[in-house]
Amino acid sequence: MSEYLIIDNLTKIYPTPKGPSIIVKDFNLRIKKGEFVTLIGHSGCGKSTVLSMVAGLNPATDGGIILAGRELAGAGPDRGIVFQSPCLLPWFTALENVRLGVDQAFYTASRTERHQIAEYYLTVVGLGDAANKKPAELSQGMRQRVGIARAFALSPKMLLLDEPFGMLDSLTRFELQQVLIDLWRRDRKTALMVTHDVDEALFLSDRVICMTNGPEAEVGEILEVTFPRPRIRKEVLNHPDYYRLRETLISFLNERSDLRPSRDKVGVEQNNIPHRNEPGDHANRPPSTPAMALTS
Amino acid sequence: MPFLELKEVTKGFGANGSRTEVLRNINLQIEEGEFVAIVGYSGAGKTTLINMISGLASPDSGQVSLGGKPITGPAKDRGIVFQNYSLLPWLTVSENILLAVDQVFPDWPPEKKSHHVASHVAKVNLSHARDKRPAELSGGMRQRVSVARALAMDPQVLLLDEPLSALDALTRATLQDEISRIWQDNRKTVVLITNDPDEGIYLADRIIPLSAGPGATLGPSIPVDLHRPRDRKTLNQLTRFKEIRSQVIDYLLASAPKRTEVQKTLILPDIEPEDLSIPKPLMGGRKQPIRRGDIRRESVEI
Amino acid sequence: MSNTLEKLKTALLPLVGFAAALTLWQALSMTVSPDLPTPMKTWEESREYVFKPFAKRGEMDQGILRFTWYSLILVAKGYAIALIIGTPIGFLLGLSKGFHSIFDPIIQILRPVSPLAWLPLGLVLFLSAGKQASELGALFTIAICSMWPTVLNTAVGVRSIPQDYINVARALKLSKAQTLMKVLLPATLPYMFTGYRLSLGIAWLVIVAAEMLTGKPGVGGFLWQEYNALNYARIILCILTIGFVGFILDRLMGLVEKRFKTA
Repeated sequence: MSEYLIIDNLTKIYPTPKGPSIIVKDFNLRIKKGEFVTLIGHSGCGKSTVLSMVAGLNPATDGGIILAGRELAGAGPDRGIVFQSPCLLPWFTALENVRLGVDQAFYTASRTERHQIAEYYLTVVGLGDAANKKPAELSQGMRQRVGIARAFALSPKMLLLDEPFGMLDSLTRFELQQVLIDLWRRDRKTALMVTHDVDEALFLSDRVICMTNGPEAEVGEILEVTFPRPRIRKEVLNHPDYYRLRETLISFLNERSDLRPSRDKVGVEQNNIPHRNEPGDHANRPPSTPAMALTS
Repeated sequence: MPFLELKEVTKGFGANGSRTEVLRNINLQIEEGEFVAIVGYSGAGKTTLINMISGLASPDSGQVSLGGKPITGPAKDRGIVFQNYSLLPWLTVSENILLAVDQVFPDWPPEKKSHHVASHVAKVNLSHARDKRPAELSGGMRQRVSVARALAMDPQVLLLDEPLSALDALTRATLQDEISRIWQDNRKTVVLITNDPDEGIYLADRIIPLSAGPGATLGPSIPVDLHRPRDRKTLNQLTRFKEIRSQVIDYLLASAPKRTEVQKTLILPDIEPEDLSIPKPLMGGRKQPIRRGDIRRESVEI
Repeated sequence: MSNTLEKLKTALLPLVGFAAALTLWQALSMTVSPDLPTPMKTWEESREYVFKPFAKRGEMDQGILRFTWYSLILVAKGYAIALIIGTPIGFLLGLSKGFHSIFDPIIQILRPVSPLAWLPLGLVLFLSAGKQASELGALFTIAICSMWPTVLNTAVGVRSIPQDYINVARALKLSKAQTLMKVLLPATLPYMFTGYRLSLGIAWLVIVAAEMLTGKPGVGGFLWQEYNALNYARIILCILTIGFVGFILDRLMGLVEKRFKTA
């Protein structure tokens, strides 16, 4: 299948009094339609910068992004964003917050239809009763549910998730990951997520991309995650591969995230990367070779 | 006889009528020198539980006792580390710790006190920052001061109330390593409250899940019989680690309030969003959205 | 039980304060300043104005509430001008760096100028208006003095809108008008109303000074006239009235402000 999101030589440089500071340099990524891809790395590795450039909220210094065959310029509701802090407008109710986006994306639809869309997504994330509450009356977890509903209600071309559950405690995080994956399953939106949570990455993604430490972060290793879908927490945790993948990710973050594959010539540990590609799926890309050209 | 014991403890808030029970029938026995982790959802009553051990709150019914004697109020034999550090901003690292030492050991000569402070600052690897004020320290460093202060008071029990929740993942891991190292050096009795099952398993001898509130109660006590020192990475290879982890997580997820299964029919118009990258036509534009199909009616459980 | 006792205490304690102030007043008029009328004398001299609050016996001899009413109308006009001009200026200051760099220095210099200094200039400005000159001068003074809290608070409010909210607006591609109405305005509203409340306080302060100088009927004008007539008891009546009205205005604005607290 062809590539749906193409990120080409994406670069972000901030000018500082001490000279230019290179946050991201020549970042390349291709995502297929319906694929759920996660960027994992320590804070400061530039993963969120990549995401905000795809979102159009942060202009790229160089490079291009093509979504569904069209070059992206600026932000827009064709990308549904779930922010780390849910970013709800406190003067609107949960429903009005969702409606704000729906009214934009579906401006030709009737009022009733727009209301139905917003109500539908709020109910599906479990907030049917809380639609008329203001964010201040909702718990942190419930606010993030509204954030998820708002992103999906746009019927966007793709989803962008920026550490979506980073502000929640680990158990609420588990709950919301299930809410997210259940909703995602309905129409398998192409998704790009940024996180530093190993379990979150494994539970949700098809592919996990490990980023080395910034500045000038690059792609370190790539993991294919092939747990069967639909995914249920208990089954995923009991999958024979789960803890092996978890160990690989943890050891990357703890030990190898300082290495630079492109410069230090430290070969990627072949046996740490599972070769479980479905036939024909990644024919154009031999496993364990980073899919991105690393040219820094 | 257990060192620290909670017997049939129940605690609630609010007056009659609107009263909500936070903790119900809590039974907990901790031996001297044991590291016990209690894992639960935020808002489930974990802090209430630790407040009753520290003496800041008293149970509505039941009994909390330490060394066979009932706990009636806060005392120096229990040191607490809070999530928000609670350091005095106008004092340096050493002065913050000295303040606590002065309280507990007022009769010590000044040299002994300052030596005691210095050794505890060294224990948390902060000797280079001993003359800095909290505002000049990162969150992780502040929490180290807080840990050093609690240890310097030489309590019989160390109570850790979500000490690392406010820190980022990397700092959290470093501090977990340090807490683990310090504990292995002095083997004090520790009660750790956390919302992170992995943190509990990594640090404790025994992990006990606290069910979701209201009326939270302790689940099965699961011994973490994993060899120390533990390694976050290689733990993943141990069958026992996987067992403990899934036992804790399963219990907690199962204790979450059940969603009431109400079937509700919702309508989702099956229409396509407009492309906002082309400017809205002022006149003569399409007045209707593009329909992919008929309206979908879906039944969902809420 | 202890709850009712607490309530009783909070109700009674202010009375203790009033009693203490009255005693001090009485003591002062009996010792150091014999010209200061005692509380009793003040009351006797003021009765007529309080019991017939809307009477009109002459241009400068009217019931106290009638005077208050004149003053309030003048304040309302000046205050309205201040808000209508001040709010947009505040928005521009907050939104545009350039606008801020151009006008902020001027604002900082004009802001601390006393109403007593503005009034003569106001009268000069409107000299050509003839009979209306004093009224227009007073309005000008009220407006220019009370405008600054509104301007500055609105600007701060606009500048402190979290980037998160702006990002939401951008990500949804809201139009400029929509962004203003749905994001910028609601986010700034609490700050604006804090500014409005402070502005109203200043407007009420300025009115007295303005009336004293222009000699128009109102609480301030009445106060000045009674001073010239050596009738000190009524000055105290005016002072108390001004304080009381100012207090009520502040409370009312406080209620409005609370109502608009969005976040």
